[in-house]
Parts: sequence; C-alpha cells; structure tokens
Amino acid sequence: MTQVDMNVAKGASAPSPYVPRMARILAAEQMTETERFFRLRMEGEPLRYEPGQFVEVSVFGVGEAPISICSSPTQGDEFELTVRHVGAVTGALRAYKAGDRLGIRGPFGNRFDYEAMKGQDVLFVAGGLGLAPTRSLIRYVLDKRKDFGKVTILVGAREPKWLLFRDELQAWVKRSDAETRVTVDRCDKDWKGCVGVITRLFTQIRIDPSRTWAVIVGPPIMFKFTVLEALAAGIPEHRIVCSLERNMKCGVGKCGHCQIRNVYVCRDGPVFTYDQVKRLREGI
Amino acid sequence: MLPQVLKKTDLGAWIEALAESRRVAAPILKETSPVDPKDLKFAWDYVTEPADVRLDYTVTVLGPKKFIWPSRQTVLAYSLAGDPSPKPVLEHEPQVLFGVHPCDATAIATLDAAFAKDVPDPHYLSRRADTAIVCLDCSRPCDETAFCLDMGSLYPETGWDIMLTAEDDRYFVEIKTDLGQELVRSAKVQAATKQDMQARQAFTERKRAAFHTQLPFEVKYLPEVLDASYDSLVWEAIARRCFSCGSCNTVCPTCYCWDISDDVAMDLTKGCRVRRFDSCQLDTFAEVAGGENFRKDRSSRLRHRMFRKGKYILDQTGRTGCVGCGRCDRACIASISIKETFVQIAGSR
Repeated sequence: MTQVDMNVAKGASAPSPYVPRMARILAAEQMTETERFFRLRMEGEPLRYEPGQFVEVSVFGVGEAPISICSSPTQGDEFELTVRHVGAVTGALRAYKAGDRLGIRGPFGNRFDYEAMKGQDVLFVAGGLGLAPTRSLIRYVLDKRKDFGKVTILVGAREPKWLLFRDELQAWVKRSDAETRVTVDRCDKDWKGCVGVITRLFTQIRIDPSRTWAVIVGPPIMFKFTVLEALAAGIPEHRIVCSLERNMKCGVGKCGHCQIRNVYVCRDGPVFTYDQVKRLREGI
Repeated sequence: MLPQVLKKTDLGAWIEALAESRRVAAPILKETSPVDPKDLKFAWDYVTEPADVRLDYTVTVLGPKKFIWPSRQTVLAYSLAGDPSPKPVLEHEPQVLFGVHPCDATAIATLDAAFAKDVPDPHYLSRRADTAIVCLDCSRPCDETAFCLDMGSLYPETGWDIMLTAEDDRYFVEIKTDLGQELVRSAKVQAATKQDMQARQAFTERKRAAFHTQLPFEVKYLPEVLDASYDSLVWEAIARRCFSCGSCNTVCPTCYCWDISDDVAMDLTKGCRVRRFDSCQLDTFAEVAGGENFRKDRSSRLRHRMFRKGKYILDQTGRTGCVGCGRCDRACIASISIKETFVQIAGSR
C-alpha cells in the first residue's frame, strides 16, 4: 500500500469537516443599518480559537458564510461575530436574536502572530468592517496590555453612522495606555472628530519603525494606501500584517474558492504579512 | 501475485460475476455517427448488460471520475422542524470501474491525494475506498490532442488494482493489490505462460514506439516554465478567445473545485447541503459577498487554471494536476489548448 492509499483508507472513516456544531446566541444587536453583532456560545465544548481566525456560520435552509471572529479568547468561552448583510446567509441573520441557534464550523485559518509582537509597539489600522477581525487582536493586546509596547489604534469609516463598536471606541479613546484615533470620510456638522481618509491619521501619530508592527485590515483600496504610509514610516514589510477577504466556502483547503496562486486563504491565511502578499501578486 | 491471462470470450462472464458483489461501471457505446459509421461515441456508465462493455473504446467526454466525484453530492442533512441536528451524509457502495485508461487512473490518484491531504474529506474518500479500479493499458494515443506521455500518466505505478492488456484473443492480467486479487478470483484466468510474458513485453515495446512526446521541454520543468510566464502577454492573447464557459473544468479528470448550497424539502421540514462541480473560469468564482472580484479578468482566470494544472496541484499533492488526456482541448468551443499553451509559454517572455 502506498502512503496515499493508506491515507485514503484512513480518511474514508474520518469525521466530516462539513458538519456544523450548534451554538446559542447570547446577545444580538443591530450595530449599524447593515451590520449585526452576535455573542455566541457553543453547545457542549466551547470554541477554542485564536485572534484572526474565522468560522463558517450556518443558517439551515439558506447556507453557510465565512465570518471573522471579532472577539479575543481572553474574553472567555463565548465568542463574538460582526456580520454585514450582503448575501443570502448574512441577510437571513438580520432576523436572528438572543436565544436563537446557529450552526458553526471552525475555527479556521491561522492567527495574528501576537507572540512575535510581544514587547513591541503595535499599530492597528482598521477600515470599515475590517475593524471586526482587527478587534480580536486589539482586545487580546489590551487584555494583556503589559506584554506589549506602545499601542496605537486608527479606525476609519465612510460616515459616522457606519462606525462599528462605537461605545468601545469611546472607551479606547479614554484609555491612557493606548492612543486611539477615529476618522470618517464624510460627515455632517454633528460629527466633532477627524474627517478624511484613514491615511491622514498617520500625520497625527508617532511611529518607532524599529519596533512597530502594523496590523492593517480593511477594503483593498484602503490597504493599498495604508501600506504605503506604513512603508514610508519605515516599518519593514514583514512587520506589516493584514487579513485577506476571500470567499472561503469549505474552510479546509479543498473547494478552491479562496485560492490565491498556490495559497489557500482559509488554511494558510487569512492573516499574511505584506511581504507574503506582495509575492502572491493577486493578494490585494 | 503472478500475472494471469483471461480469454476475451470469458470477459463477459467475469463482469457478470463481479456485478454480483458490486456495481460495475465501464465504457459503453452510446452513439454512432449517421454519416460516419466509424465515428463512435463512448461514455462511462453503469453496466446492465456485460455485452455492452467496449474495451476498444477511445477517450470519453467525461472520465470515470464521476463515479467517485459526482457532479452533485449531498454532504449534510438536517431538520428544519425543531432541532436541526445536522448529520453527515456518506453515500457509497462497492463499485468497480472497469477499463480505466492509464491517464484516468493517474487522475484518480491525484484526486485521492488532494482529498486525503491535511483535513481528509470522507465524502470523497469513502466512495473511493469502496471503488476498485481495473485499468486497461493503451497501445496507441487516442488522438493527436492527447499528450499523456509528456504528463507522465501513460505508465501509472499506482491508482489501479488490476491492469489488463489486450493481446490477440486474450487479456494479460496484472494484479497490484489485495483487492485486485480478490476480484480476479471470479475470473476464468490461467497463469501466464512464457509466451504470454513475451507477448506482454512486445506490447510494451510497441506502445513505446507508438507514443511520442509533444512538449518542447521535460514536464519536470513545467512549474518553472509557468512561473517565468506569469507576466507574459500570452495569457491576455489566449484569453481573448475564451468564453469563460467552464467546459474545460467540467470535463477535466483532475478538477475538483466545488460550490455548496442548501436544498430545502418541499414540506419545509428538512434540508440538505449539496455540493456541485464549480469552475474557476466562471466570472463569479473568486467574487466575495461585498462584490469585490479577485479574478475579474478572463486572462487571470485562464492563467489560474493553467497554473493549477501545471503547478499548484503538483505542489500541493505531489501528483500531476494535468494528465494530458486532452479532454479540455476537445471540449473547448474556442479551440484553446492546454498543450499548445504549455508550448507557447515555453517560448514567451
């Protein structure tokens, strides 16, 4: 028997990776017009996950969608998701409330390498829904604040009404052990904060490029320009980190949808450094 | 086990005996052209009548992959009335694929490696583990489109249980696995004589003389040739003809990308999750829910397929991603050829 034949025989009776486990929604909140927040707990064994990972959320009868976990494992056995209503599954989730149940597969993917960031400065740059995956690491870093150097959090949104985690942003702004700045692309006169694209915030902060990790998550257009700012500030390519969005359907490197060249984002990502993304060419 | 021989006249009885314990799938004549009686159309199907089996077949539109990796497969069932309690669905029963050409056996070995790798996929693997493969050696190329010799699929070392070689009035029967040995028990075989061995040897020599390499480079260089071509204008030039119809993926014996969706029963009490063949050539393949499409250009999709076939699958599984069967070339309505593309990129910069 060859190695592959043995693997076939063994894999034939392996558990199916496509069967979700059930989770109970503990809290649900419409965060913006199009984004809904959920706090969940698995029935049975809690979800063991790392900052930066994602899950596949099942709405039975509708389908499955990949969603980033937006909480940190330091928060306990529960986990949190922020869902934008864009498709059939995420649209159906609009109606889900506390007490309802969802199917969950995962967690999948790699993680933000927080070990490597320990003792160093961390600069977070989150645009739009990019704040959801970034928040998993922000929460982790803030919960283990002593392990990290200077923490800077830059958050951008199109308009004030699209800002996510508004209460939390305010709490972060008030913290003395982290610098948080929020900007919006456009606004009306009620907005008292910064206006302009997120790259503008770079002029307001100080970066020590010899010890800073930049974690940049947002739409491709934002990523492109923010990376330029980070590079201009002198942060090396291998310390610029991003999380890529792809159509992860299976989560286990089989279905092909999230493949970028030879990389399966669901398995090898979604977290990559900029030098990795640059080599992929099709990354952003 | 030592090689055996089986009289061609005893083949039907063997198939009949095999059918008692497992489903038998084999190439069958489906159609004869009304204008050209020599133009025969074969297809893989389950056998109901042993006499229908045609081991003199030439390449089929779809390979025997479909019996292990069906175009539609239910993987999950759940309830919509009360507790969903989702359960995996594993559909398999003993079957034998009878008369598989070396290229298709090689392709199945690639699928095996892909589905067994990392996180195993029992929906595929349980079907595969229940499938015996009786290979049929080729004495000449199917047509000028095939380039199996180049892609290293003409002499498969693994991926089969029994290998048949047609010689005059008999088949030379080589047995590779325990399962093969078990299957041969119901055949009226005899130990191969010295003459049979010599005839097999002569067949191999004739086979070697009948096949010729067609790529201008050894296939071991293909991944590097592809890498060097990444920015070539060739992709744009070829893609101008492409309709993004996905026929190439549909007929490919090593393609295994899929899409998955939920089906709800008419009475709304239960549902299931079904996966279906998908195609990386369709414009929505790499699109995300927000509308961003990461392979928007036809040329990037075409290049992705060629890279998958020539490099990525090989890198991932250690097995070839293209077996040179030529099916995608024959199916392409725009006459795009994977072989010609591999030739073209070797000379492009």
